[in-house]
Amino acid sequence: MLRKLLLKVLAFVALSLAAALPSQAFQIEAVMSPGGIKAWLVHDDEIPLIAMNFSFRGGSAFDPAGKEGTVNFITGMMDEGADDLDSAAFQKLRDRLSFKMSFEAGPDDFEGSFQTLSKNREQSFDLLRKVLTKPRFDADPQERVRRQFLLSVRDKDQDPEHIAGAAWMKLALPGDPYSRETDGTEASVAAITAGDLRGAHQRIFNRKTLQVAVVGDIDAKELALLLDRLFGDLPEGSEPPAQSASGFANGPILKTIDRDIPQSIIVFGGPGIRRDDPDFIPAYIMMEILGGSGLSSRLTNEIREKRGLTYGVGANLMALDRLGLVMGSLGTRNEKAAEALAVVKSELDRMAKDGPTAQELADAKTYLTGSYALRFDSNAAIASQLLGIQQQNLGIDYVATRNARVDAVTIDQVRQQARRLLHADALIVTVVGRPTGLTN
Amino acid sequence: MYARILGPLFACLVFTLAARPAVALDLDVSEFKLANGLDVVVIPDHRSAVVTHMMWYRVGAADEDRGKSGIAHFLEHLMFKGTPKHPPGDFSRLVRINGGVENAFTTQDYTAYFQRIAKERLPLVMELEADRMQNLVLTNENVLPELQVVMEERRERTDNSPSALLGEQIDSVLYAAHPYGKPVIGWMSEVAKLTRDDAVNFYRAHYEPANAILVVAGDVTPDEVRALAEKYYGGIPNPFPVPARVRTPEPVPIAERRVTLRDDRAATPYWQRSYLAPAEAKAPGREALALDLLADIIGGGTQSILYQKLVVEQQIAAYAAAWYSGDSLDYGSFGFYASPTPGVDPQKLEAAVDAIIADVLTKGVTQDQLDTARTRALADSAYVLDRQESLARMFGVALATGQTVRQVLDWDKDILQVTPRDLQDAARDVLELRASVTGLLLPASKGQVAGLPGGQPVAPDTTQN
Repeated sequence: MLRKLLLKVLAFVALSLAAALPSQAFQIEAVMSPGGIKAWLVHDDEIPLIAMNFSFRGGSAFDPAGKEGTVNFITGMMDEGADDLDSAAFQKLRDRLSFKMSFEAGPDDFEGSFQTLSKNREQSFDLLRKVLTKPRFDADPQERVRRQFLLSVRDKDQDPEHIAGAAWMKLALPGDPYSRETDGTEASVAAITAGDLRGAHQRIFNRKTLQVAVVGDIDAKELALLLDRLFGDLPEGSEPPAQSASGFANGPILKTIDRDIPQSIIVFGGPGIRRDDPDFIPAYIMMEILGGSGLSSRLTNEIREKRGLTYGVGANLMALDRLGLVMGSLGTRNEKAAEALAVVKSELDRMAKDGPTAQELADAKTYLTGSYALRFDSNAAIASQLLGIQQQNLGIDYVATRNARVDAVTIDQVRQQARRLLHADALIVTVVGRPTGLTN
Repeated sequence: MYARILGPLFACLVFTLAARPAVALDLDVSEFKLANGLDVVVIPDHRSAVVTHMMWYRVGAADEDRGKSGIAHFLEHLMFKGTPKHPPGDFSRLVRINGGVENAFTTQDYTAYFQRIAKERLPLVMELEADRMQNLVLTNENVLPELQVVMEERRERTDNSPSALLGEQIDSVLYAAHPYGKPVIGWMSEVAKLTRDDAVNFYRAHYEPANAILVVAGDVTPDEVRALAEKYYGGIPNPFPVPARVRTPEPVPIAERRVTLRDDRAATPYWQRSYLAPAEAKAPGREALALDLLADIIGGGTQSILYQKLVVEQQIAAYAAAWYSGDSLDYGSFGFYASPTPGVDPQKLEAAVDAIIADVLTKGVTQDQLDTARTRALADSAYVLDRQESLARMFGVALATGQTVRQVLDWDKDILQVTPRDLQDAARDVLELRASVTGLLLPASKGQVAGLPGGQPVAPDTTQN
């Protein structure tokens, strides 16, 4: 159908490594409801499913001090009763209708993902409306969910990868809201009240910051009416308050955290760039060559393929609303931790000094452009992509123009970004395990 | 609230669902066999111009020789090391610069390699896959570092994780004689001694067209795939007779077994019970379907019996669930897991689970419970349709574990035949303590605060490249 057409063209362009698509080929429709609510739609009735992804601004970075984990807590309460339905009544209906619903608290955004069978869509969306507008936050389910989140927090406190990542954020961004635990701490989760949840719900769930992407068996006219039904009762609301950044710590910093495990987990990185940086794409390509997916990146090649020091190593850009990070990680046996970290540093240096080769850049471009279509191979995947593009404010033509933007990047631009972003001598590093040869 | 904490496990259960016959629709699936014995399955999905190309070999960890645990998975890693025509790194680079993604995975019963790529590039990945089926070149120069990689993989997935170690211990006890008791990734003591020759011998004994299944899903027709498969795979000879899969059967289980792992690194206690169960392809009549539905009724989601009784009513568990896994050649497993609320004795939790099991054994399930579970299962199969890769995997797993395309396609009709009586019979057949292992993960006693329950549910025993 439409999507098939679109992706055929996409794939063709990707493989011809040529110019961008004409944007009209994509058939992403911008839909506006009678009540003024906007969404992007790809109408595709080939399979009887509808996928809807949506988000609000104001994620866990906005949790009140001492109540960290509040926004995350809401994600656990969304299927525990709404409006006239208590937890059990809601879940029984959900099981009968068999829709899929999940929520996620990111640092900046609160996201929802919803999928329903076409045949149940009226009833399924009716339940979603109740969830969005009138969650109950009843006491019994709240305590149950609290027990589960406390458990989760305690588990994460013993998980080497989580320990290394969380410690890195605290070290790199001391005092910044981003450095706090998204899921909260045992103390903060214990302190969250129903009033806190209601307050956060009222703050987050509003029409001002709502973004919606819909893919599947629904047309624009039907969607316009549905949008008002689902979201029309939400308050207009406002953008979350501005937060001030604390600034990055000055590297180099090395912190080891002792744990009795055979493999050390190493997290490394430093300041990066935001998604709205004009050089984001050259920087992204540079990081793809350095530490991207697959077996071909420089870090994988040097650390895994040549030396057998790790099962997995990677590094990439993490773009948050207020700031960006360059962040990477690997796991290696304790006695090789120093060697692995030394190779990471020398690879950062090498890339900063010389940039990629022309061949590496060409390969990265054909991979990134050619594989872009793979991100759009299901209703659920397309909805997720389209929401992400809206959240990053990239414009409705981004899908059509993205490959051309990648192809337009020059080697000088990539070199420049490598020099700008990679600083081995100022690296911030956390190591969890019993590494030999690495000390604070 | 549930899927979040159970994230890793849910992923595993979803995979299980997706990987068993579960398609309630008229998929126009074609299957045929090339003259050299290669089985081919074609699943049309014309929604986007992408294909999923998967080669499944009928060999896994349970086919390894004694003392060589981990060789099936190690060879999977080594299959990326090149041929005379495509030197080391060339395979992955070619897939990549053509916009494809690739990976591979090994289980007890099969080893599979796959690429997702634009449909125009299907000939390319077939050429590459056919080449490494026959012409793999292994040298110590590339084998030795990769052995270190596999050992790091074991440290990362297993040795760094108390819950993974518990799962490994439970399986090693559940199977007294059958090779499913060995972990797919292998015991470290044996992995460390694997050699280039071990890998070459394993390759030469198992990798040939007659021992493989090709699955192609995507924007292709059966005729296109047949022509391409003939061109790239049709000329590959079979250098050896397809090996018989001789595996020691389990003796009739006569003793309930217990495994307790005390580990300082465990944050919280975790309880699990695994029962030996029939494999999907070997289960009599509707038993496998019944076990699927039974697991869902007892422990699938927040309205299940376990969750309602233990988490909501008695509040002695933070979570509780059940599973049935039958996607294997010889045996499946059925089981329960739960995590006690802080301060609750795991024995009390176990007694409560046992009471629920006893209740199901004596009273069975209601028609209403069965209908709800069936509705959920049928809906899940519709969601599988949305993912081409899941579809391809579902058929690959079925064929690699002794099921047929017909069985997959008839699933939606067969499931309608299942009765409450079938579920009770299945429960009575499988839920016997003498066929079980009860596992407990405990934070070590020293200085331990009253534990919150936890532990990641045990990961599926699948290992990736």
